[in-house]
This record gives sequence, C-alpha cells and structure tokens, in this order.
Amino acid sequence: MAINKNSNAFTFTFAILMVIIVGATLSFAAISLKPRQVENAIQKEMISILSSVGVEANRDNASDLFYANIKERITLNHSGEVIANRQGKVDAQDADDPFNIDVQKEYRNPNMKPEDRSYPAYLAEVDGTELVVVPMVGKGLWGPIWGYVALKGDYNTIYGAVFSHKSETPGLGAEISEGFFQEPFEGKQIYDDSGNMVSVDVKKSGDTSSDPHAVDGITGGTITSVGVQEMMRRTFGVYDKYFQSKKANITELR
Amino acid sequence: MSTETLEEKLPEVAEVPKEPLFSSKNKRLLTDPLDDDNPITVQVLGICSALAITVQVQQAVVMALSVVFVMFFGNIIISVLRDIIPSRIRIIVQLVVVASLVILVNEILKAFLPDISERLSVFVGLIITNCIIMGRFEAFAMGNKVFPSALDGIGNAMGYAWILVAVAIAREVFGSGAISFPGIGQIKFIPDGFFEFGYANNNLMILPPMALIVVGIIIWVQRSRNTKLIEEN
Repeated sequence: MAINKNSNAFTFTFAILMVIIVGATLSFAAISLKPRQVENAIQKEMISILSSVGVEANRDNASDLFYANIKERITLNHSGEVIANRQGKVDAQDADDPFNIDVQKEYRNPNMKPEDRSYPAYLAEVDGTELVVVPMVGKGLWGPIWGYVALKGDYNTIYGAVFSHKSETPGLGAEISEGFFQEPFEGKQIYDDSGNMVSVDVKKSGDTSSDPHAVDGITGGTITSVGVQEMMRRTFGVYDKYFQSKKANITELR
Repeated sequence: MSTETLEEKLPEVAEVPKEPLFSSKNKRLLTDPLDDDNPITVQVLGICSALAITVQVQQAVVMALSVVFVMFFGNIIISVLRDIIPSRIRIIVQLVVVASLVILVNEILKAFLPDISERLSVFVGLIITNCIIMGRFEAFAMGNKVFPSALDGIGNAMGYAWILVAVAIAREVFGSGAISFPGIGQIKFIPDGFFEFGYANNNLMILPPMALIVVGIIIWVQRSRNTKLIEEN
C-alpha cells in the first residue's frame, strides 16, 4: 500500500507514535532512576545536618554517621508541641517522617500560613553532648537561603551552624556558605540573661567577638546577611515555646 | 511502509560503488570539526554553555560527554528516520529527539553524579538549545546515511568538547591554581614558591567574561596557524 508521506494522516500518525514512544521511554527512565535520585537527596540532607553538629561526612558514609549521631527526629507544630517523632531508618515513603518535611516548599507556599507549617528538629548526641538541630529557610537577595543550626543541650548556646543558598552573588552573598561566616556563630547565645529570645544578629559593622548575640555580616552582602538574621529570628521564634518547655523540664529535674 | 522506502533506496545504492568504512571523506567528517570547521571557534555556535560551565575541568568534561552522547545518538536517530520524518514537522521531530535525549542524560546524571549535576544545574537542560545539535540534525543527519551521520555527530561534539576542556583547564589552573579531580583530589599546577613571591590567583578567570577571552585567544592561535580560516578584507 502506497502511503503519501505528505498527507495529514501520515503526519498525525507519525507525531502520535513519536509522542507515545518518547513518553514511554522517558517515563520508564524516570521511574527506574527515581530510587537512586531520592537516595542522593537524602544523603545530601544528612550531610548538611551532620555538618551543623561538626561531623564531616561524605556520600559514602552519610547514612551510617547520621544514624550513629542523630538519635531522634521530631516535628513541632506552630505552638511548639511535638506532633510526630521517628527513630531509626528514614522511610522516604513516610510523609510524616520529620526528615521528609520540605520546610522550603512549605515556606514558599503562599497559601500556607506560618501556623499551618511543620517545624522539624533533630535530636543528636555527638561525643556525649546532647544537641538539637533546627532547619531553617529564608530569603536571600536572589533566591532562597537555608541552613541548619545546632544548639547545645541548654537550648541556648549555638554549637554549630551551616548555611547554603541557591543563587546568591559569588564573592558577596554566596559567602554565607563559607566557614569564615559560619564559625563565629559557635558559642553565641539565642536567649539574653533574663530568658528572652533575642536570636543572633548579623551586624554590619563593629566588633562582635565579645557580643554573645551578634556576628559579623558580609561586606557587600548586606541583603543576604539580613536574610540570615531574619531567618534565624523567625525560626527560633517558633521553636522558642518548645525550648522553653524543655528548659523548664531541665530545671524541674534538678 | 518500510518496504517501500527500501525499494526507493535500492537503485541508488547500486549506482554508488560501496566506499570503505573509513574513506577519506568519512575521516574528514570526524576531523574537520576539530579544527577547520570547529563549531565553537569557527562557526561560533554553542558559546553560551562554553562560557558558563568552564570554571572547573570536571564540569566541562561531564558537559562535553553529555553533548557527545546527545549528538551521537541524536544524529543516528534522525538519520535512521530521515526518510519517514514528514518534512512539515521535521524541526519539531528534531526538537523532540534532542529534548528526550537531554532529559535522559539529565536523569542519569542526577542519579549517578548528583554533585556534578547540581553544579551543572540548568546547563544540561540547555543542551537542547545548543545550536550545534539542531544545526547538525538539520544540515547533516537529515540528508545522510547512518554511518556518516554518526561520525559527523562524534566529530562535531568532539570539536565542541576539546574547546570546552581546553578553556576549563586554562581557567581552573589560573583561577584556582589547581585542578580538582574526582577521587584524586586537587593537583597543584602553580608551585607554592610562586605564591611566596606574591603571585595571586586571578579571580577574573573564575568569572564568565574570562571564558570569552580564553575562547578568543584560542581562535587567535588557531587562525594564525591555519591561514585559510582568515576571511578576506
């Protein structure tokens, strides 16, 4: 049977067949590669959390170190109550697992009020020290910034902090992911002497080494620095109630 | 349908004496794009990705391999289908072929090389808009047999690849002083003694404009060696 290759019917048949074949191939590839990609994303998050508690990890040992150092994962609601907790292996299918909560997605969702969001935290024990790791997200100059801040067992002193960003200016705002910006956070305190939440300011000028509630900002990266400050203040503001109740527990036990 | 295309082609095949697999004509398909007809330095195509991802040799190599993959298989697919692709929608068909190959590459990179894939970010996706690829599909694979098309694909992709890697080596050596290899770590190319005498890494090398200047230098060197590339007047 002769087929007119310039006919509309042939063109349509060709297009439809092409779409079906290409669609099938690509969805097959996507589905079969998905588990590896999810695994990679989990490893990356584990590496970030571990680096906030001072544990260097790479992709090969991330999950082993994570399970060795992070004892419990909890989710708080906006009033600081624990609404979920998980121990042991991360289950990528379990939407309630604190590890699977995408704080960035919830933060960027315009329909989601702060009251509706979930607030995960990780309870860690590193070399015998109890730590709590708080994930946070905020806005930089060009795009989202995020980080993990680890507090010591007094729920006040910062043990370590890591920050990262999507698209801040290289050499300026992007420096928040560098050690010289993150290290000064260590030892800073988020509560003042009378127990009020003051968070840590990122100051533009002046000597901050003796100030327990401030660190040096980045010259030329003011908006990103302010973004970090806002992100910490807002996030700790929510976790404040949880920290307060924990602190009350500590005093009772004494 | 397929029998008919075969019948059409048969007389043509009979007329032309069978040429050896690597005839001089076929060899030129491989070697021409490396120098005389280089897609970047002579045709000045695919410049945008050459500027963006040549800060590190690692990234450049992965990007180059991705382009070789897309170019090779794309040219073969288009060449196999060249007699049945309806000419009215041929550009769309070419676009679908390149897009699906690129998505495939991107998914594979995400699964197996997550860190590099993150640094390459959108540029893998932008291979779709790399003018070299659509250019070769339309200009070569649509009108040539499968084997020459495959050679042409490899040749052009390699022409793109070596420029990319050369620029990346220049930028990483002068911008960071060392090249980092996966698994081996950094290998220093500038001796420490230089830094003691006040040598500093050139930060401009890390920024995109410098890639343009490095490409310019390569074009300059190439044209001074290969005088037939110089336009008259």
